[in-house]
Amino acid sequence: MAKRKVVTGLLFAAGSLAGSLLYRRRTVRQRERVDLFAEDGSMVSLADGSPEATELLSLARTLIAANGQ
Amino acid sequence: MDATQALADLTEISSQIVHATIVDGDGSVLATTIAAESVSRSFANGVTKLVEEAGQAGSSRGLVGLAQFEAATLEGSVFVVRRGARVIAATTRPDPTVGLVFYDLKHCLQSIDEAPKRASRARKKIDGEA
Repeated sequence: MAKRKVVTGLLFAAGSLAGSLLYRRRTVRQRERVDLFAEDGSMVSLADGSPEATELLSLARTLIAANGQ
Repeated sequence: MDATQALADLTEISSQIVHATIVDGDGSVLATTIAAESVSRSFANGVTKLVEEAGQAGSSRGLVGLAQFEAATLEGSVFVVRRGARVIAATTRPDPTVGLVFYDLKHCLQSIDEAPKRASRARKKIDGEA
């Protein structure tokens, strides 16, 4: 009985950890993005992972690092 | 107002901005908060490249006339506002108040543009009186 409780506890802990990691990964992806605004007020958001955003975010990281942030 | 004074006012008003640089149409640095000249020059080159790439990315998604953009990373954000050929770029800490930073950058660029107009208007008035 005690062994079953330990196994259930371990499974629950592993599930929570996996869930929180997936949630964190998703949140990080949402936070890293490029928002472009046109003169007419229209806007395009490029999420991290798209080829254009990857290039732009890499350039942005270089600029931030150059400023010693 | 001259560009250096405008940047000084900007960094005083906006605590979220770490560094800011105004780049002219020819790629030269008009004013910057970065002390080291080599770093500011390389920053301006990076901004010019970033603006080009962002313009291309916008065009490929059907965006006409890129006015401003934010590249948000986990380490911080880079904000860019264009006004004619002139560009102001600023770096901030992570999770800035986006609308406020854009407003402050636009206001900064506007204050530089308005200075020569005001001076020319005053000159015309003086000429008219003479």
